[in-house]
Amino acid sequence: MALRTFPTREALKRLPFGLADVAILLGVIALIYLVAAVGAGALVAFEPPEQLPTISLDPANLPYYLARSTLRMFVAMGFSLAFTFVVGYAAASNRYAEQIIIPTLDVLQSVPVLGFLSVTITGFIALFRGSLLGLEAASVFAIFTSQVWNMTFSFYHSLRNVPGDMQEAAAVYRLSRWARFTQVQAPAGVIGLVWNMVMSFGGGWFFVAASEAISVLNQEYTLPGIGAYVTQAIAQEDMRALLLAMAAMAALVVVIDQVLWRPLIAWADRFKIEQNEATQAPRSWMLELLRRSRVLQAVREALAEAGEKLSARSRRARLARRQTWPRRSLLSVRRVDALFNIVLLLIVLAISGLAIWFIHTEVGFEEMLEVVLLGAATFVRVAIIVVVSTLIWTPLGVVIGMNPRVARIAQPITQFLVSFPANFLFPFITIGLIHFGVSLDIGGILLMALGAQWYILFNVIAGAQSIPNDLREMAANMRVSGWERWRSLIWPAVFPAWVTGAITASGGAWNASIVAEIVSWGNTTLTATGLGAYIAEATGAGDWPRIVLGVGMMCVYVVGLNRLLWRRLYALAETRYRL
Amino acid sequence: MAVTLTNPVGGSAGAVADARPVLLQATGVCKAFDLPDGNGAFTVLQDIHLAIREGEIVALLGKSGSGKSTLLRILAGLIPPSSGLVVSCGKPVLGPNPDVAMVFQSFALLPWLTVQENVELGLKARGVPREERRQRALQAIDRVGLDGFESAYPKELSGGMKQRVGLARAFVMQPPLLFMDEPFSGLDVLTAENLRSEVADLWAAGNFPARSVLLVTHNIDDAVLLADHVIILGANPGHVRGEVHIDLPRPRERTMPGYEQIKDAIYLAMTNPEADVQQLIAGIDRRAETRFAPLPHARVGGVSGLLELVDERGGAQDIAELAGELNLDTDDLLQFLDAARLLGFAEIQSGAVTLTPVGRAFVEADILESKELFRRQALERVPLLRFIVNTLKSSKRGAMDAEFFLDVLDEHFPADEARRQLETAVEWGRYAELFEYDADKSRLRLPDESLAGAPA
Ligand SMILES: Nc1ncnc2c1ncn2[C@@H]1O[C@H](COP(=O)(O)OP(=O)(O)O)[C@@H](O)[C@H]1O
Ligand SMILES: [Mg+2]
Repeated sequence: MALRTFPTREALKRLPFGLADVAILLGVIALIYLVAAVGAGALVAFEPPEQLPTISLDPANLPYYLARSTLRMFVAMGFSLAFTFVVGYAAASNRYAEQIIIPTLDVLQSVPVLGFLSVTITGFIALFRGSLLGLEAASVFAIFTSQVWNMTFSFYHSLRNVPGDMQEAAAVYRLSRWARFTQVQAPAGVIGLVWNMVMSFGGGWFFVAASEAISVLNQEYTLPGIGAYVTQAIAQEDMRALLLAMAAMAALVVVIDQVLWRPLIAWADRFKIEQNEATQAPRSWMLELLRRSRVLQAVREALAEAGEKLSARSRRARLARRQTWPRRSLLSVRRVDALFNIVLLLIVLAISGLAIWFIHTEVGFEEMLEVVLLGAATFVRVAIIVVVSTLIWTPLGVVIGMNPRVARIAQPITQFLVSFPANFLFPFITIGLIHFGVSLDIGGILLMALGAQWYILFNVIAGAQSIPNDLREMAANMRVSGWERWRSLIWPAVFPAWVTGAITASGGAWNASIVAEIVSWGNTTLTATGLGAYIAEATGAGDWPRIVLGVGMMCVYVVGLNRLLWRRLYALAETRYRL
Repeated sequence: MAVTLTNPVGGSAGAVADARPVLLQATGVCKAFDLPDGNGAFTVLQDIHLAIREGEIVALLGKSGSGKSTLLRILAGLIPPSSGLVVSCGKPVLGPNPDVAMVFQSFALLPWLTVQENVELGLKARGVPREERRQRALQAIDRVGLDGFESAYPKELSGGMKQRVGLARAFVMQPPLLFMDEPFSGLDVLTAENLRSEVADLWAAGNFPARSVLLVTHNIDDAVLLADHVIILGANPGHVRGEVHIDLPRPRERTMPGYEQIKDAIYLAMTNPEADVQQLIAGIDRRAETRFAPLPHARVGGVSGLLELVDERGGAQDIAELAGELNLDTDDLLQFLDAARLLGFAEIQSGAVTLTPVGRAFVEADILESKELFRRQALERVPLLRFIVNTLKSSKRGAMDAEFFLDVLDEHFPADEARRQLETAVEWGRYAELFEYDADKSRLRLPDESLAGAPA
């Protein structure tokens, strides 16, 4: 008789719980509690100017503030995702929707989000009168507008570029619209979407910090959160609180990366469309943990079962439907197109007319000219940032990217630098500027570069990593080296990545100018000559015509630059240098 | 609805095929694509008529760019025809054709789904319950030889295995029609060969999961090894040039009698866009073992000299004696004898050579008559000469580069031998006035008066 002292494999399998399940369950409970407790803070009364939230610099409150800010980030991310799916899908599947959505997104993407904060805050406060929810919504909205556009674009592009044969397979095997979306289209967009979520989330911290403490229309608004904490510390010249906040922020970025983004990226790897085995699939301990969980498996199973039942119902109707080729009369399509274009043109003309009339009556054309020059000043700063960052980070990025061992260490670091909100570092630079008596006209460049430069490094590393090995071997074999190697192999190969990085860096720098061209430490305030400072001042004073003029001018600069420069470089990258 | 199909070779086979019900029929299908941001359109397919009958494999053969894939997609209901009608299992096709399962050149697997999930895709859309779906998918996976790979992801598989998944995904639907668009073209030669013979075996075994197959390919071997009918598509714009009925027994081998002939005829049709496919196909000799049995290296003068000598000696002669008398190398003598026998002028039995009645007539006739006799015998009994004449007749100006025939012969003989074969054939053909040879241009052409002559 065989004695069994330990449970058989089967018995173990029957056990509903594993260690992973316990960990996950505890995590979920903690998360729910946290969200409820922290979220409640958003529902308190708010009656400016009498009833305002206050910020205490006691380090014990720091976790709470961090949690408040994080919650805002995730709420915004949730909205961004919903927007991405709905709008991205609409643009990819309807011609007319596409013609409106894509140019609109393109402009919105270039608009300085911070410049609009004044508009949105007043709007949301009016909407949720008497509750802090208005301010919360304004902050979430600011984060949302900073996150959403590139996500939507990425998803739209993925949907448009689903390989033709996969779409045909979906049609031959008669997948429903929903099945097509969930099994073919959305999966094809996952990788791009996840990466853009990571980038957006990183960028979002900057706007959390900027939107939690802002003076709009002569009124200081403070929203409990890490950003407000930092602002308070600056006002009180409290160095200790500032350093603490920075450390806490850094820790938070790392934790979120580990428990959310790493597992997401590792999970997304299976949605790669290239059929060959990847060089090295990304891994994540968190994902391993989740995969081991039996409870999650059971949940997934149950969801699949439910989905099965749901789709069975719609299927009968769909399969029974009669098919007909879409009727296509060339003439009518042309007519509708023409009508559509005329309507669009009229709308654009109306808006431009309104803007000109507004400027003419409210500020006058002399000031407008002045604002154009201010824009030029900021443009020079942005240009310097892009050029200098390129000169410094491109060679370094290439060296890092082409050396896999270095890249493995450097990539997470740059990703951290991209995610860390640069405005947390502003006070330290400000102190230095004040101490050495450097004008913010020069120092502003440094402040704006603080966040923007990393996009170039990050993308160039990624570009250098993706140089095909056979090309490198070919270059070695042909004894191509030194300058020639750069010119004929490396630069063309990293060029597309550089363009992406430079566009993002330039956009980031424009946005940063609004908070970087006016900075203060205690009672000392430094101001630079530039469009960013103009907008910030107009916002603080509640001067509507100047807010509109400033923001409009920045839009013109950014959109104009996109059209004249970046788009061409992008086209060049797409056609000439595509690997 | 009049569907005019060019007559397949072999009337009896055509009659059998006609008795089978038509599964899919295209009538007057045209397709034009709009030119990018210009007015007008660019015609890809013109007036295509074809039918796929129950229980047959039809191959659509044409050069790349001739519109094969476009036609396949119209028949599958993936794109609408500009005009014309497709009827599948009695219903007009007005959207994705529910009777069709398709195998793609690029496999078109979803990389995020496992092998089994990929195979289940169509069943799921059709609403087959989970357990049944699983059973059927596993069965299909087993059938294509991927047992044990159910939970692998496509990227872990080789090209050949991916295409097996593509096949399983189609098989599991048990569709009336299986469409394959260049299914073996994305694979390396050996893998393609392997997979094709497995598909052929499945079909020959009689329990194929589809009732009929439409195979699109530019590979002649694919078509001849698999198809019952080969529809040859011409380009610019795509049109049906003709149809070849292939009645080689299954399972087929390249070494089968008749295989090379059919292949050569199709090859010829494909390389001569203007040639009349029907003519070429009519030239296929179904009786010969292989078409190009080697010609003996014998000049016509030598052969007739030998025959005359035999005739003088009373019409029969011992071969060894003959060799001694002529002071000839036995090998050379044998070449002459072979030629005489091949042409039906002499017979050889137990070491002696005897003239046949035709041989006697040849020797005793005057020059014109003997040429006429030689021509008749050569055309009837020498496949290479018949092939050359037929090719010349179906070519545009009744002329072809000698290089072309050399290419064809190269497939049957080593390079040196191919050249000598062609030299002999040309010598015989010129003597018989079957064709002329322009040595400067190295071209063969029909003599002027015989252009309108009856085919052999
Ligand atoms: N969607 C399309 N738009 C415009 N032209 C097309 C389209 N699809 C195919 N063509 C053109 O039709 C011709 C035939 O293509 P195809 O059917 O793919 O040929 P094949 O499969 O025989 O190689 C080609 O010249 C190709 O460029
Ligand atoms: Mg094709």
